[in-house]
Amino acid sequence: MRINTREELEARRKEYAASLETQSKQILICAGTGCVAGGSLDIYAKMQEILMERGIKCSLVLEKEPHDHSIGLKKSGCHGFCEMGPLLRIEPEGILYVKVKVEDCEEIIEQSIVGDQVIDRLVYHDQEGKAYEKQDDIPFYKQQTRVALEDCGRINAESIKEYIAVGGYSAVAKALFDMTPQQVVDEVSKACLRGRGGGGFPTGRKWAQVLAQKEEVKYIVCNGDEGDPGAFMDRSMMEGDPHRVIEGMLIAGIATGAHFGYIYVRAEYPLAVERLQNAIDKAEEKGLLGTDILGSGFDFELKISQGAGAFVCGEGSALTASIEGNRGMPRVKPPRTVEKGLFEKPTVLNNVETYCNVPPIISKGAAWYQSIGPENNHGTKAFALTGNVMNTGLIEVPMGTTLRKVIFDIGGGVKGGGFKAVQIGGPSGGCLCINPSEDHLDLHLDFDSLKKVGAMIGSGGLVVMNDKSCMVEVARFFMNFTQKESCGKCIPCREGTKRMLELLNDICEGRGTMNHILLLEELSSTISATALCGLGKTAASPVVSTMKYFREEYISHVVEKKCPAGQCKALVTLQIDPELCKGCSKCARVCPVGAISGEIKKPFTIDTSKCIKCGACKEGCNFHAIREV
Amino acid sequence: MGTKEQKVLDEILESHDYDQTAVIAIMQDIQKVYRYLPEEMLCYIAKKLHLSEAKVYGVATFYENFSLEPKGKYVIKICDGTACHVRQSTAILEEIRSILGVTDAKPTTEDMMFTVETVSCLGACGLAPVCTVNDVVHPAMNPEKARALIKELKEGEAAGEETADEN
Repeated sequence: MRINTREELEARRKEYAASLETQSKQILICAGTGCVAGGSLDIYAKMQEILMERGIKCSLVLEKEPHDHSIGLKKSGCHGFCEMGPLLRIEPEGILYVKVKVEDCEEIIEQSIVGDQVIDRLVYHDQEGKAYEKQDDIPFYKQQTRVALEDCGRINAESIKEYIAVGGYSAVAKALFDMTPQQVVDEVSKACLRGRGGGGFPTGRKWAQVLAQKEEVKYIVCNGDEGDPGAFMDRSMMEGDPHRVIEGMLIAGIATGAHFGYIYVRAEYPLAVERLQNAIDKAEEKGLLGTDILGSGFDFELKISQGAGAFVCGEGSALTASIEGNRGMPRVKPPRTVEKGLFEKPTVLNNVETYCNVPPIISKGAAWYQSIGPENNHGTKAFALTGNVMNTGLIEVPMGTTLRKVIFDIGGGVKGGGFKAVQIGGPSGGCLCINPSEDHLDLHLDFDSLKKVGAMIGSGGLVVMNDKSCMVEVARFFMNFTQKESCGKCIPCREGTKRMLELLNDICEGRGTMNHILLLEELSSTISATALCGLGKTAASPVVSTMKYFREEYISHVVEKKCPAGQCKALVTLQIDPELCKGCSKCARVCPVGAISGEIKKPFTIDTSKCIKCGACKEGCNFHAIREV
Repeated sequence: MGTKEQKVLDEILESHDYDQTAVIAIMQDIQKVYRYLPEEMLCYIAKKLHLSEAKVYGVATFYENFSLEPKGKYVIKICDGTACHVRQSTAILEEIRSILGVTDAKPTTEDMMFTVETVSCLGACGLAPVCTVNDVVHPAMNPEKARALIKELKEGEAAGEETADEN
């Protein structure tokens, strides 16, 4: 049923909030991509089946006439603690069960839903074995501040009623009725909100520029083309709290006088597309999208545009070209997107997370937002913490939080070895590490501090690497990615990345010389200076930054022809330690090329001229006698 | 192209109001049905959308997701995002390729059953390394699990054929 006025919205909010309160317990099952892959939808189905069998009143949607003391069962957005998935939370107690299986459902219902017991086996235990019953007490969550992700994982991701119940769309009402467009822009400017897609451009300034354009038709575009390998913040927001994205875009429309919007989502995120489409349909039904929103006379129409697999489409002008049905290639700027963007009209183009920050800024005010994070870098930032880290997952912390806190206090430390480096900002970013002159662990994660050390916050992927990672190989990996994704329009990027990749391949495969390193440096500076778009300009960043902090590793590869981390196969020789070898002959039997020989009960040897370095012998050795040197 | 195919294409074009700017979405819909973009279909939509064939071909070849070659019944994608990469996804790719006898240049098996591809980050980094089979995510893979997965798919296929024979 359509909501026609601001007063009606408030009345509905009270009604929905009251319905939520009649649910004596709520079971929130994480239905983010990660937990779904772990089987969380089967858990949801099983829970529903058991509740029905046992005749327990269960609400899957908020009912108009609520049953008292029913159990709310819902699919929520990402809870963030992906390492421990599938996750299940029970409210109002705030109990979090981790690594839940279908077989656990019966016990959960019996003990924790019908009864009030906590099942110790299913709660999170830290490395020392300490149990945490409540989600908020777990160190992973305790140190976070959630603004953009405030409701993600706390409400049913498919229900507009629950979004309204927690205050959703009230910021739109405030912007429509209590503020002028200029005041909305001013509030966002005052909050110092900066683009969360990586660039860090002040959002308020961008909006002011679009507001100043005299054109009749303007567009609001949301960049959900999160292509950085190792980043999934935007995906989680679109899946877990799609209405917040819509609300942020609506406010941008009100502020700039735009009546059309597009959300550009990459094709690899089918669940995000489904949840956003569902949210748009529901918002249209309620009259929160469409014509005469809340009786204000303001119209806004929103569409989803799906990508088709091109990283470069994350670049503004390439993205708008793709929405127009063209090859997604960047163009020369100016004119800027704010002047001539989508269909040659003034366009506000912001990232998903940026839009998610807008509703709380309007509701709670710029002063509140400024209380979080350091000067000029206000607010929070979501990061996807991945790689060799104990607690993989989605986190949100105030800007300016130290890397140490993120990796060790929240992330639980490094997995499988000591800390070596963290790659931040994806293929356009750099790495942070500890070296004799600098200790990046105490570096503050914000736009300005990172820029000073040659890295960037990027969209927020943090890939932790342990001491078994080879930094040259990591640089090669990113160059391979950028080279594949180069659109081919400008020569510096098209040819330059190809040549850089060849040089890096040579180094990793033992054909490198010192000249390779010098040539890499020369190409890096040429490409950065001459490429057409952001993707090209930053393509060399991973190489530049690994060369700066791990130069000796490059030198080992080209001079000594050794890979200190033992990752570059061509530079590794397998050897049997005669002290440890018991002469069992197992290695000789598994070797596919017959390179290992010896007498039983005496140390065996590897013929390096025959060895193909497959590692089968090392894997099979029970005495750890085979080593890479 | 038969009348049946033409009808499918007309329905897809109709659902997008013959909008030129929807050409990417139209091709995605076609690929959903046929698993690739046959040449004559691209010519057909170019004519109907009043776009040049070169323009449609240009768009189709630009984006990674579009294939001008037929794909296998099971499309296996191994994620090569950073998180999967540092957790050794290359070993899984090599294992699957060697079992099926496919390469980067020839990704599809002779019997049109399997296509093996890499995919840039799927965003399921928490479960790294991952692979997908027809878009179903398989978490925390290793070479042994990859072998078991292929075996299971092949056995399922053989069992399916037997029942088909009985009918």
